[in-house]
Amino acid sequence: MSFPNHRSGAPGCSGTCCLQVQNLGLTLQDQVILRNINFHLHCGEIVALIGPNGAGKTSLFHSILGHMSHSGEIRFEPAGGRPTRPLIGYVPQSPQFDSGDPISVLDFFTAAISRWPVFLPIRKRHRDRVLACLHRVQGEALIDKRLGTLSGGELQRVLLALALEPLPQILILDEPLSGVDVEGEYQLLSMLQEIRTRYDLSILFSTHDFSTLPQYADRVILLQQEILKMGPPREVLSSKEFHAAFHLQAPQEGGWSP
Amino acid sequence: MTLWYRLVDLLPFAWASPGSMFFMKNALLAILIIAPLFGLLSTLVVENRMSFFSDALGHSAFTGVAIGTLAGLSESTWCAVLFAIAFALLFTYVRQKSSMNTDTIIGVFSSAAMALGIFLSTLGGQSFSKFNALLIGDILSVEPAKIGLLALILVVILLLWLSSFNTLLLSSVHPTLADSRGIRTFWETALFTSAIAVVVTISMTWIGLLVINSLLVLPGALARNLSRNMAQYHLVSVLSALVCGIAGLISSYYLGTSAGATMTLYLALLFFASLLLRPKGR
Repeated sequence: MSFPNHRSGAPGCSGTCCLQVQNLGLTLQDQVILRNINFHLHCGEIVALIGPNGAGKTSLFHSILGHMSHSGEIRFEPAGGRPTRPLIGYVPQSPQFDSGDPISVLDFFTAAISRWPVFLPIRKRHRDRVLACLHRVQGEALIDKRLGTLSGGELQRVLLALALEPLPQILILDEPLSGVDVEGEYQLLSMLQEIRTRYDLSILFSTHDFSTLPQYADRVILLQQEILKMGPPREVLSSKEFHAAFHLQAPQEGGWSP
Repeated sequence: MTLWYRLVDLLPFAWASPGSMFFMKNALLAILIIAPLFGLLSTLVVENRMSFFSDALGHSAFTGVAIGTLAGLSESTWCAVLFAIAFALLFTYVRQKSSMNTDTIIGVFSSAAMALGIFLSTLGGQSFSKFNALLIGDILSVEPAKIGLLALILVVILLLWLSSFNTLLLSSVHPTLADSRGIRTFWETALFTSAIAVVVTISMTWIGLLVINSLLVLPGALARNLSRNMAQYHLVSVLSALVCGIAGLISSYYLGTSAGATMTLYLALLFFASLLLRPKGR
């Protein structure tokens, strides 16, 4: 599928192609998980969501995905169109697959995107389609590998390819860098950069790895029940809110250092 | 059935001679249906890490039979099927809603069901011995009508596999992803556990409660050692169930042993062979 191409979101909200989260709140069993969340996500923008464990990052994702009932409003306006529900590609945090699992990447993919029952031999037609999807993440070579034998980075790429089919308007990744080695991390982040320019979609991901943010994220949101700080990576990472949230020492001159 | 008897008559066994030993011929046909049935279910039982659960289901089926007998029903099987389905659904619900360890939940359910079964079957000083047949099972007692029922169940399970295998698989290997792609994981799991409940309960009389779980676990477990994808996994699982089923039945005829137990032993042997044969690094 395709949608009109247009410029990346400018600073502030241009009013087109934008996910608008307004006054979002979430309470589970009398416990406030999220409150007073306001932000906009523009087209072609990469936004990183950071926060300590239990800050509500995954809950925020599930609210945006529509899996959790919440207060407040989430609106989406595609370029030049009326407000609709966005098509969201989601890369969830992954369980550790058993290395003995007899599930190949092809099985997994075909099961997710087609109706062909994968306990029967998989036809060429489906294989070609999966190859085309894997091509987007340079993962064609992984097609016959078993899920359990993939490295952390390879697994993330497979899940990313899955989230890009059908091509979404917004891509959400939950801790895509956890369990991924340094090289895989670099590869994955460069891939996200490329995807957002090629398909002009917005990317929202959560992470605990702050050192790569200035290079790869346009904006960082620091979350702990509410948005503590939001802005360009360097600004957020050197803020006192950031240091307080992660119990780090007060900012040194020159900002945050790893 | 006549066609089947004619076919078996061609086999080079003493019991296969025309006009006699119909019970053996019935049993062979029943195995040819039961084996693929268990071979199919086994793949997902193992993939879902549900071997302990399927064991518990057998216990609940026994409780169902005990309730049916107590209520004076002539066909206590249907009562057992209903009870086992209820058990499966309740279990799936509790597992989803509670944060307790699955292992613990099964242990609780299984022992409670077994205790209730024994309690009811011995109520008022009755003898338990009439249930012994259920524990060991007797494939030779299978009647043509019941073979028809088994064939029907096989068709239903095949249809289930054709229509829902993908969603069942995704729900079991990656529930979060399945959720995010709009699969209702709870109902998928409930459907699958109910299917196991029906199959276990119906075939319990012939295979035997004590060994029936092995048929749900061993084919998948050994196929898993040898396969690289889902198609191979299913092929090996179904084939090994078939081969061991037939070999078990025929051996049990000559040795005078229980057919269910003999099949299980063949499967267990094959499993250990698969352990030795499996590719390195598994």
